[in-house]
Amino acid sequence: MNLWQAYKRPASVTEAIQALTTASGTVMPIAGGTDLLLDLKQGRHAPVHTLIDLTFVPEMSLLELRGDELYIGAAVPVNRVALDPLTGTHAQALVEACNLIAGPQVRNTATLGGNVAHALPAADGTIALTALEAQAEVASPTGTRRVPFTSLFLGPGKSALNKNEEIIVGFYLPLTTYHQASCFKRIMRPQGVALPILNCAVWLERDGDIVKDIHIAVGPGSSIPFRATEAESTLCGQSVNSDALNRTMESLLGQAHFRTSARRASADYRRHIIGGLFSDTFETAWSRAFK
Amino acid sequence: MNNQISFTVNGTKHTIDPVAGETLSTLLRERLRLTGTKIGCEEAECGACTVLVDGEPMMSCVYPAERSDGKTIVTIEGLAQRVHEEMKLHPLQEAFIEQGAVQCGFCIPGQIMTAYALLKRNPNPDSADIRFALKDTLCRCAGYPSIENSIIAAAEALRTGEAVQKPTHIPDSIHNHKTVGHSHLRPEAVEKVTGEAIYTDDLKFDGMLYAKARRAMIPHGFLTKLDVSKAKALPGVVAVLTAEDIPGEHNHGLVIYDWPVMVGIGERIRYVGDALAIVAAETQDIAEQASALIEAEFNLQPVITNPVQAREEGVQQIHEKGNLLKHIKVRKGDMDAGFAKADLVFEHTFHTPTTDHAFIEPECSIGVPLPDGRMEVYVGSQIPYQDKTQVARALGWDESRVRIVGQLMGGGFGGKEDIMGQIHVALLANVTQRPVKLLFDRHESLLVHPKRHATQIRVKMGAMKNGRLVAVDTELYGDTGAYASLGEKVMTRATTHAAGPYDVENVRADCYAMYTNNPPAGAFRGFGVTQSAFAVESMMDMLAEKLNIERVELRRMNALHVGSITNTGQELKESVGLLECINRVDAEMRKHNPYPFTPIVDSANSNLIRAWGFASAYKNTGLGGGAPDKSGADVELYEDGTFQVRSSAAELGQGLVTVMRLIVSEEMAVAPEKVRVLVMDTDLTPNGGPTTASRQTFVTGNASRYAAKTLRDEITASMAEKYDVRPEQIRFADGIVHVNGHSMTYAEIYKEMKAAGKNPLVRYMYEAPKTKPLGEGGDMHFAFSFGVQAAEVEVNKLTGEVRVLKVISANDVGMAVNPLGLQGQIEGGVMMGLGNCLTEEFIVENGNVVTDHLARYRVPGIMLTPEITSIVVEHPIEAGPYGAKGVGEVCSIPTTPAITNAIYNAVGVRIDKTPVDQELIANELWERENKN
Repeated sequence: MNLWQAYKRPASVTEAIQALTTASGTVMPIAGGTDLLLDLKQGRHAPVHTLIDLTFVPEMSLLELRGDELYIGAAVPVNRVALDPLTGTHAQALVEACNLIAGPQVRNTATLGGNVAHALPAADGTIALTALEAQAEVASPTGTRRVPFTSLFLGPGKSALNKNEEIIVGFYLPLTTYHQASCFKRIMRPQGVALPILNCAVWLERDGDIVKDIHIAVGPGSSIPFRATEAESTLCGQSVNSDALNRTMESLLGQAHFRTSARRASADYRRHIIGGLFSDTFETAWSRAFK
Repeated sequence: MNNQISFTVNGTKHTIDPVAGETLSTLLRERLRLTGTKIGCEEAECGACTVLVDGEPMMSCVYPAERSDGKTIVTIEGLAQRVHEEMKLHPLQEAFIEQGAVQCGFCIPGQIMTAYALLKRNPNPDSADIRFALKDTLCRCAGYPSIENSIIAAAEALRTGEAVQKPTHIPDSIHNHKTVGHSHLRPEAVEKVTGEAIYTDDLKFDGMLYAKARRAMIPHGFLTKLDVSKAKALPGVVAVLTAEDIPGEHNHGLVIYDWPVMVGIGERIRYVGDALAIVAAETQDIAEQASALIEAEFNLQPVITNPVQAREEGVQQIHEKGNLLKHIKVRKGDMDAGFAKADLVFEHTFHTPTTDHAFIEPECSIGVPLPDGRMEVYVGSQIPYQDKTQVARALGWDESRVRIVGQLMGGGFGGKEDIMGQIHVALLANVTQRPVKLLFDRHESLLVHPKRHATQIRVKMGAMKNGRLVAVDTELYGDTGAYASLGEKVMTRATTHAAGPYDVENVRADCYAMYTNNPPAGAFRGFGVTQSAFAVESMMDMLAEKLNIERVELRRMNALHVGSITNTGQELKESVGLLECINRVDAEMRKHNPYPFTPIVDSANSNLIRAWGFASAYKNTGLGGGAPDKSGADVELYEDGTFQVRSSAAELGQGLVTVMRLIVSEEMAVAPEKVRVLVMDTDLTPNGGPTTASRQTFVTGNASRYAAKTLRDEITASMAEKYDVRPEQIRFADGIVHVNGHSMTYAEIYKEMKAAGKNPLVRYMYEAPKTKPLGEGGDMHFAFSFGVQAAEVEVNKLTGEVRVLKVISANDVGMAVNPLGLQGQIEGGVMMGLGNCLTEEFIVENGNVVTDHLARYRVPGIMLTPEITSIVVEHPIEAGPYGAKGVGEVCSIPTTPAITNAIYNAVGVRIDKTPVDQELIANELWERENKN
C-alpha cells in the first residue's frame, strides 16, 4: 500500500508551515523518516496522505554558532551532528549519543528533530540534549518561539507540539567553557530491539576538585526525559569522593522511576547497573573538564 | 513544489515524474532496472540496499524517491569502469573477490558501497574504523573477517597504486593435487561484486503479475468462513484462489505431506503462517490491498505452545496421527549397569529457543506458463527436484511438465528446503496464463518458513573417578511446530549425537519430536546437533569440575577415535580427526594463555573478567539412516575445448559451484577457467539431491569427479583406438592430451570424438556408501566431520555483558578442496554459532510471533566479530573426493558451548538456556556477593 499520496518539498520554514496547515487529508512532516516510514509500513502509525519533507528547508539543515549559542537545525542528520567540530567542542555528550544511534546509513538520514517530535523520552539524543539543557525553536503559523527542550514531552510518544500546525526548527545549546564538559554512555543488550537498557548523560562544571554545577539525565527514568535533579543538588558544591558519589547515587535511585520493560530489562536490573553507568559517565566528563 | 524530480545516477541524469509512495530502492530497481541494489528487510536494518547519496551511504529502502531531487546517486553498478571493451573493477570489488569475502553475494553490494563511502572519507582505515562504518551492514554468511581484510587490501591498493593483495594466511591442503587443495576464486564472484548477479526478485517477465498470500494470523482454529468477493472486485486483481481451486494434492511436505497449500473451509489452521487464499494482481500494491480485503472467520482452538505441553494427556491433537511426530530412541549397552558402575552420576536440564536463518535474501518464486503447456518456476531453492515433484503434485500434472529453474540464492542455511511460494505461483500462473511473482517481505519470511527447533534437553551423565564416561542418558523434547518439514530427521540427529563425540559404553536417548501451534521447525545448519551439543558440552565441563580433571584432558580421554563404536553402534574405521582437533586448539589457546580457564581481571577495569572455554562436536556428512544418498552430474566437452559440469545441487553461497569446477579441472587437467558450471535447473541438470546435511562436496563432488574420470577414460579409449596405442601411453596435462608424442588440444579432441561418432558427454549417477537405519546398528552414516573450538570471553561482572574476544576453530574436513572457500565457511560458522549463543531468539507467545521484524531478531554484525583463527585438520576419508567430507555444519556447532563454558570459567555462572541473558549473569553475581 502506498505509504503516502502526496509529497511536498517546502524550501523555507514559512512554506513548510503553510504546507502543513493547508494540505488536504492527514499530513505529517518528515525529516529523516526512518522511524515514521517504518511505522507507516508496519501499521503502527495511521495512514498519512501528505508528507512534508523538511530536509529541503535550508534553515533546518544548518549547524552553526549563533551569538553565545550553538544552533543545530532539526533536520541535520545525526551523523553530521556527530562529526561537526562545533559539537565536538560544545556538546561531547551529544556527539557520543549520536555516534551510538543505529548504524552509519541510518545516521545519515535520522535527525534529532524527528527523535524529539516522536517524543521518545529515553532516546540517546534526547537524553544528551536533556543534560545539555537544550532549548527548542518551534515554528507555528503565528511565528516562532523558544521553549525548554524537555517541555516538548508530555509522555512516551506524546509530544506537546501541535502536529497540525507546528514544527521544530532547531535546537540551541549553551556553549561549553573551559571548566565545563559532558559525556554520554549507555548499556545495551545484544538481543531484541535496538533500544538501550539504560543511558546516561552528564554535563558538569568543575572548580578545582569541587563540582560547581552538574546536570544528570538518565533514560528511561521517567515517562518524560528524566533529569536527576535531586542527585544534582546532592553533588553540587561537593568535592568529588566516593562518599559524595554514593550519596548522589542514593538520591538518583530515590527519584528515578525505573520500570520493567518486557524482554529488555527489569526495574531491578536497571537499579543494579545505574551506579556503574553513572560513575563511568561522571568520571569521563569530570576528567574532560579542566580544573 | 511538487513537479518532476531530477537526479544523477552513476553519472547519468534522469528527470522523471514522481510516483506516490515510491522509495529510492524501488525507483532504482523497478524503474531504472538497476537491480544490484538489494532488498533484504525494507526496515533499514540489514544495509543490503545501501547506495551513496551525495557521497554519503544511505539505506535506499527508507529513502523517499522524491528526496532524490537534485542529488547525485552512486549504486554498485557505478563502481566498475568500462575501459575500452573491458570492465575494470574497482579495487574494492577486486579485493572482495581475492580475499574470499564473497559468498552468497546478496549483501555484497551494500558492503561494498558502505566501504566505498568509508574509503572516500578515510583512505587508511584501521579495524575499528571499518567496524564502525559497517556496523549495520549485515552479512549472514558472516564473512566479516574477510570483508575487513578486503577493505584494508583495497585501501592499500588505492593508496599505493599497487595490485590488490591476496590473502596470505590461508594454507593449501596437505593433500593438494594440481588444482584441488589450492585456493581458487569463485566463478560467479565478479558478477556478485558488480551488481550484475541476478537473484529471483531481479527477474521481470512481460505481463508479469504480483502475488500475495492471505495468512491466517491465528495460531490454532478451524476456518469457518472465507469471503474473497471484495478482493476479486478490486480493479487490477486478476485471480484469487482458495483451497478449492487446487487441482491436485492439497498438502505438501518434504517427508510427510501434512502441510496444506491453502487451508480450506472447515479445515484446521495450525499456525499463524497458514495460507488461506492467494491473489495475483497487476501490481504489488494491488495484490497487498486485495489480500487485506479477504475476510475470514474462525472457530478458535486452544493453542499448543510447547512440546512438553503437546505430549501431556488430554490436550488437543493437532494432526490426525496425534501430536507426536516421532519418538526417537538410541540404545547402546546397559544403562543400569553403567550408572551402577559410575563413581559419579549427575544430571542437568538445558533449554534452547527457536531461531531463524535470517538469510538476507527473502524467499521469491516466479511461475511462468509456457505455450506448450509446461510450467517454469524460477526460485532459489535447496532442493530443486523436490520442488518439481511437489509443484507437479499440486497441479495434478505429470512431473515432466514442470521445470524448476534455480536462481542464485542469497543464503539458505537449511531455510530454503521447504516449499514457500513455488506452488502458489504455479497455481496462479496456471489460472491466469501469465507469469506471476511472489516475493516475501521480511515480515512474511519470519512468520512462515521453518525454523531451528526449540528444545528441552535433560542429560544424566555417569563417569568414573578417572574421568571415563560410562553412561549417558538423554531426554529431548523438540518443538517441530505446526508441520513436520524435516523435523523427524533433525531431531534424530539431535538424539544420535546427544552424548557428544565421545566413546561411551552405555547410552540411551529418547526424543519426543512434537507438533505444536508454533511456526514449523525444520533444517537449520547444525540440524539438531547445535542444540544437543550445547547440553552435552556444558555437562562435560560440569563433570570436569566435579572430578577436578582438566577440561581438555577429560575430552581427550573420552574422544572418539578410529575403532570406537558410536552411540548408534557404528564402528569408526577411518577419518576421525577429533583428537588432532582437540590438541591443536588446545596448543593454540595456550599460546595466548597457559592457564586459559583461570579468570583474569582486567588491569584497567576490575569489573571485566576474561577466560577461555572449550567444546567439541561431530556431525554426520550425508543423509544416512538408510536413505539412498545419490547425486548425478554431467560433464560435457564443447567444440571450443571448454567443459561444462552440471548437477541440480544447490549453490546457496557455500561454494559448491567452485568445488565442482575445481574437481573437473583436476580430472581433465585443464585450467579451472575452462570449466563452466550449471546447477539447479531440472531440465538441464541431473538430480543432485537435496543440499543439506553437509553432503554436496561429498556426493556431487564425487559425481562430478567420476563423470569427469569416465569422460577421460572414453577419450583415452577413443584415442587409443584411433592411434593404435595402449591406453597407458595417453597422458593428460595442462589442457593438452598427449598421445604417443602427438599433442592435441581439447578442441581437437572434440573434433576427433565427433568424427568417430562419439558424443563427449558423460552422466554419472553417484551413490554414496550404503547406510543403516537407526536401531539396526552398523553404519548409520558414511562419514563424520569433527570440530573443536575454544572461545575467549570478557564478562562485565557488574552488568553481565559478554564479549567474545577470540575463537579458535579446528575442523577435520578430510581434505580442503578449496581452502579459500573453506575459510569463509569456518568464519561464517563461528559467527552463526555466536549469534545462536548471544543474540538470537525467535520469540513466539501463545502461537503469535513477537520477533516478526528484523529489528526484533538480532543477527550478529561486524561489531561482534571476534578474532577467528582457523585450523584445518585433514584426516581423509577413502570414499570422499580426494578424501574430503562435509564442513558446512560442524564449524558452527561447538561455538555456543565454547562461549558458555568460557562464561562459567570467567565468573562461575552456568548458562543452561540460550541466548545468554546478561541480566541473569548480573543477578546471580549480585546475589552471590550479597550472600558473602
